Amino acid sequence: MNTDAVMPKAACATCSLAQNARLIKLGIETGGWDYVVALAGNPNTGKSTVFNAVTGLRQHTGNWPGKTVTRAEGGFIYDGKRYKLVDLPGTYSLLSTSVDEEIARDFILFGQPHVTVVVVDATRLERNLNLVLQILEITDRVVVCLNLMDEAERHGIKVDDRALARDLGVPVVPTVARRGEGIPELLAAIAQVASGEYATRPHRIRHLDPEVGQAVERLTREIEKTFKGLPNARWVAMRLLEGDERIIEAVRKHELGELAPAAEMASTMQPALETA
Amino acid sequence: MTDKAMPPDSPDPLLDMADSLRQEVGPDFHDRLVESIYTDASQIASHTVTHDGERGRFYWDRTLDRLLTSRTWGFPIMGLMLMAVFWLTISGANVPSAMLADLLMDKVYNALHGAASALSLPWWLSGFVIDGMYLATAWVVSVMLPPMAIFFPLFTLLEDFGYLPRVAFNLDRLFHRAGAHGKQALSMMMGFGCNAAGVISTRIIDSPRERLIAIITNNFSICNGRWPTLILMGTIFIGATAPPALASFAAAASVVTIAVLGIILALGVSWFLSRTWLKGETSAFSLELPPYRPPQILQTLYTSVIDRTLIVLWRAVVMAAPAGAIIWLLGNITLGDASLAVHLVQLLNPIGLLFGLNGVILVAYVLAIPANEIVIPTILMLTLMVSGSDAVQAGVMIEMEDQTQVYNVLVNMGGWTLLTAINLMLFSLIHNPCSTTILTIWNETKNLRWTTVATLLPLGLGFAVTFLTATVARLFGLV
Repeated sequence: MNTDAVMPKAACATCSLAQNARLIKLGIETGGWDYVVALAGNPNTGKSTVFNAVTGLRQHTGNWPGKTVTRAEGGFIYDGKRYKLVDLPGTYSLLSTSVDEEIARDFILFGQPHVTVVVVDATRLERNLNLVLQILEITDRVVVCLNLMDEAERHGIKVDDRALARDLGVPVVPTVARRGEGIPELLAAIAQVASGEYATRPHRIRHLDPEVGQAVERLTREIEKTFKGLPNARWVAMRLLEGDERIIEAVRKHELGELAPAAEMASTMQPALETA
Repeated sequence: MTDKAMPPDSPDPLLDMADSLRQEVGPDFHDRLVESIYTDASQIASHTVTHDGERGRFYWDRTLDRLLTSRTWGFPIMGLMLMAVFWLTISGANVPSAMLADLLMDKVYNALHGAASALSLPWWLSGFVIDGMYLATAWVVSVMLPPMAIFFPLFTLLEDFGYLPRVAFNLDRLFHRAGAHGKQALSMMMGFGCNAAGVISTRIIDSPRERLIAIITNNFSICNGRWPTLILMGTIFIGATAPPALASFAAAASVVTIAVLGIILALGVSWFLSRTWLKGETSAFSLELPPYRPPQILQTLYTSVIDRTLIVLWRAVVMAAPAGAIIWLLGNITLGDASLAVHLVQLLNPIGLLFGLNGVILVAYVLAIPANEIVIPTILMLTLMVSGSDAVQAGVMIEMEDQTQVYNVLVNMGGWTLLTAINLMLFSLIHNPCSTTILTIWNETKNLRWTTVATLLPLGLGFAVTFLTATVARLFGLV
């Protein structure tokens, strides 16, 4: 699964003409979109920087975890299609219950974005993969943005992005978002996954011990019977086995698979208040 | 969250099956799941990531971390950094402040009055617009713009570099001992910009108990609206008591002292809350220290000037113009033998003096509930108005070319002493949050009781502290 073929080559990547021709930054204009794209990732991996690079907005970025705790929305046009981009709070996992993790989880699950971009820190790949693997259980329309490649290089870390794409079954795009490097490739990958041109084959959590694995499988089959066409039955099964109240409630109310605006509730405050 | 119409045990075959399977698997499902995720992650990482040998990887970062978060050096370095930031701010802001004041309050002000009389506008209209609204706005701009334009970029540079998480790391130990969540150190850092943003940022704290503590104590982080008050008071009162060569240094030290006092208060109040109304276990968490990143100087300058300085200034101006109008009205509507402003100030003066403040300051803090930014301009206008000096028409601020004249107005006309200035600095740190923050606290907690506590607790504490300093100062005959 090599996506290089259709992407601009290195020299074009940093050329503003090539970018401007295909990308129109819309700022906070998000009406009439064709696709919704969520931006997830661990804290402090540069999500807001990617967000700014693509939308032309100036969400405040800061070098510390926990900077973004609300959703920020922006828009852009790429190759004639309108995209709404939603910057989610950074989280280490989607398994616990703090408000910021709930906002991120609910949006990916109930907001059903067409594409979820997971921004990962190339210098701390292993830890970041924990979140990627969890998101891949929820949605198969994922693009991994391998950010901070410059820092990785400085620290003598090399990441084989093609091997990573093969292992995860989704496009992996190396970027240096601060300098805008790799953003055109990222947009191309988002467009391909959004349109279905790139068929992902997401990695599923493998090393479940037999007892757990069996319980998950049995429950998954049952869920698939009740909610036909639910793309993430296995993940729901795991949440039910863990006793996640929010998901139990969603099952009871038959909210699963609907476009429930659950994520709206949590974001009454937009960061229009100046952030520090 | 549970739906009242459907009791939690309503029959649902799917949920029943999940229940029985959950019992079969046992309570350690979460740990076993997390373990398999970790195994997968490390397997993938192992054949996609290669290290260029182990040649001193992160060496520089680690050495710096050892120094900045050292038990011995962590706090002294923090103090020095803060001192440096404020020293640069205070010594750098003097000249541009004086230039702006000269331009806005002398040249433009006179030009506006010239234009008004050329158009033969009625006295009340030109008074209301030029002497009320325009002058208040001009004050805000000339007193606040220069220090903010220096302070915010410096602070943002430190932030971009990655220093703030190290401060949080240092403070974490203390917060833990105070029975609060370590992440409170992060929401506190956020509060140093804006308390409303700080309150929202407590969402990263998962325990509701610890989150409430963080919300209630966020107000002890000095926000953008309060830095200018502290910087001005520090400059003209504290700095002035030191020999000229050390003036900026003494002024910076006084501002740092107030900021540190804020941190101590946040810790103390957290300690108190976690042992009384909000008892409970302290949760553990791991704080990730991000890598140091070379700050992007130009971008930082741009964002901190446009996004922070101008937004704060805009808020100040938007609030100052109507406040200026109100003050002008208060000064020009007379009741009996004096203006409303005089009545109001005289009414509050005895109470204010009891706390080492005065009536003008109390009126200013009532008017400044929507935005702390207008405290200083309001104080200056009211002082001039109430003092009834012949040089000043009712409701009009005289031109003041630099900060020395601010000092003269406050001391000679307002009867201020060093105690008034110090207590104003203390009260600026310890009083109710601004209305935006109160509203945010309500939005985040949806609880009237805690919103009230968060509003009144600091106010009560502020009066207690200023009463204490005033009483001590009087006992020792210092004022």
